Amino acid sequence: MELLLQQIASGLTSGAIYACVALGLVMIYVSTDHINFAQGEMAMFSTYIAWALIQAGVSYWVAFGATMVIAFAGGLLIQRFILKPLEHAPVLALVVCFIALLSIFNSMAGVIWSFTVKQFPSPFPKGDLTGAGLVSYHQIGVVGVTVVMLGLLTCFFRFTTLGLAMRAAAQNASSARLMGVRVSWMLALGWGMAAAIGAVAGMLVAPIVFLDPNMMTGILTYGFAAALVGGIGNPGGAVIGGFVVGVLENLVGTYIIGNELKLSFALVIIVGVLLLKPAGLFGRVNVKRV
Amino acid sequence: MAASATSWATRRGIGWWALAFWIFMLVLPLMGSAFPSESFDYYMFMGQSMMVYAIAVLGLNLLTGFNGQISLGHGAFFALGAYTAAILMIDFGWPYWATIPVVAIVCFGAGFLFGFPALKLESHYLALATFTLAIAVPQLLKHKSIAGWTGGVSGLVLEKPDPPFGLPISPDQFLFYFCLLMAMILFWAAFNLLRGRSGRAMMAIRDHGMAAGTMGIDTSLYKTITFGISALYTGIAGALSAITVAYVAPDSFALPLSIAFLVGLVVGGIGSLPGCLIGGAFLVLVQNWSQSLSDVLKETFSLQYDVPSWAIYGVLLLLLMYVMPTGIAGGVLRLRGAIAGRLRRVETVRSKPLVLQSEGEKH
Repeated sequence: MELLLQQIASGLTSGAIYACVALGLVMIYVSTDHINFAQGEMAMFSTYIAWALIQAGVSYWVAFGATMVIAFAGGLLIQRFILKPLEHAPVLALVVCFIALLSIFNSMAGVIWSFTVKQFPSPFPKGDLTGAGLVSYHQIGVVGVTVVMLGLLTCFFRFTTLGLAMRAAAQNASSARLMGVRVSWMLALGWGMAAAIGAVAGMLVAPIVFLDPNMMTGILTYGFAAALVGGIGNPGGAVIGGFVVGVLENLVGTYIIGNELKLSFALVIIVGVLLLKPAGLFGRVNVKRV
Repeated sequence: MAASATSWATRRGIGWWALAFWIFMLVLPLMGSAFPSESFDYYMFMGQSMMVYAIAVLGLNLLTGFNGQISLGHGAFFALGAYTAAILMIDFGWPYWATIPVVAIVCFGAGFLFGFPALKLESHYLALATFTLAIAVPQLLKHKSIAGWTGGVSGLVLEKPDPPFGLPISPDQFLFYFCLLMAMILFWAAFNLLRGRSGRAMMAIRDHGMAAGTMGIDTSLYKTITFGISALYTGIAGALSAITVAYVAPDSFALPLSIAFLVGLVVGGIGSLPGCLIGGAFLVLVQNWSQSLSDVLKETFSLQYDVPSWAIYGVLLLLLMYVMPTGIAGGVLRLRGAIAGRLRRVETVRSKPLVLQSEGEKH
């Protein structure tokens, strides 16, 4: 029983991180209809920036904020300079572009900070709530940050003019343009926010898995799975999908298939959802006009 | 772009590249006696790897370039081919050449089966599913339930075969010619496949699936079979790599391998047969030069750590998407077309025959 509770608790923690990654993916998917394969590496790179800032003597929360701002600017620049010229390019060109970004960020992190594994501090106190090693403060913090972030995003989209403009640009670009929304900048904004959310995910996961250039590969896979389970166009769905995938992954890993095959489980989830219920749990069914 | 891509498959103009490649490969092993050098075996190994990679890239190109289905996970089929060959040789004592047909059948079957879910996944989603497959492969290969066959983390070590019939050549030379023969057969088969009715159907599906369906092409059948054939090609490349390197290990089949195939495809030319040869050669050259390139970069920018070849791949992919989206093969063709077009236009201006002008504008 204790093992089960422990697995569920750690499943919720990893679920919160998958949820963050999935949120970033959803941001980009909603605003541009693309699946960003570089989301994980972008998050990893931002985490390295935070690490460098902390090493330089900046306090944790200042580094946290600064990293989010830098990541936001970075995402914005990537959209403006790299993806905007390819707006009307075929899907293959875009996929190639994302893979290129993935390779560049991965190797850049290695070139600048080396491929050796580093420790990353947690902002939350050590120790755990129950005293039995069940739920650590870091785990609670991770879940809390994710929930707060989802709340902020929801408020942003629902109650601000900018959020409304972004939704309009995503739903019907030409009408939005006629209403005076600068659609292209809304896409850039989406990219910036996705990068910032990714940075948060990276900084939250780094204390658990340690910082190295390949730390996000597996997590990105689960992020994809989470986004698909929740319905890839739905931020709330992505968060719930994240928790579902996180808990399932831990339970299935512990009781059924063993830890070595966890990644393959993500593959099964992804292909399964795509085949059986492509809209996910909360997504809208896409109808294509021919 | 679609129209010009269709014609590359059969365009004679760029065929001389391919011809030069094959002739060079034919004489390469014999040059050892003419120019004795200590590193000659290594040059031969490079040439051999170029052919293996070219076959793998050809497999991906059949699927992505000619049929429009994106795959980021072809390393999985490469691994399947390599392990099938290795297991047949070690556990069943089969000779290396007999494993090739079995690999072909196994990989075709696997690709064909993977092609069914792929039917329902469009563009992005197919890329996503195959991307995850590429990430999951090393884990699957290491799993303990099949470790008895695959050798687990440490992989399998094979023996290099001796040349048959007492031929007076070294085992390395013999393996080289074996790869060359396989590569030539596979490229010839692909050329014929693409030139005919099936090839036109594949490309029609790529250019407009629904229109192709209305014209009476069984799109599902063609797509699944193309997936199978593509996996067959890449799987045979994997088997050849296992036979020639005489070693397979799970971590060499991770995501970077699948991305390398994508790089080879984009660099050589999406939807170009000779482009696959260029792509294969390019991959081997970059791997070979990456250390010295890294040293140069380190010195110029006074960096602290090595620059991995991933960096080169990434930057090149981005650049090519902007400058030469059709790869080297397409770029050369377009450049030649531009030059020829300009020359012709100059002539046309002088003599003004209208027929020539319209011909010049065809491309």
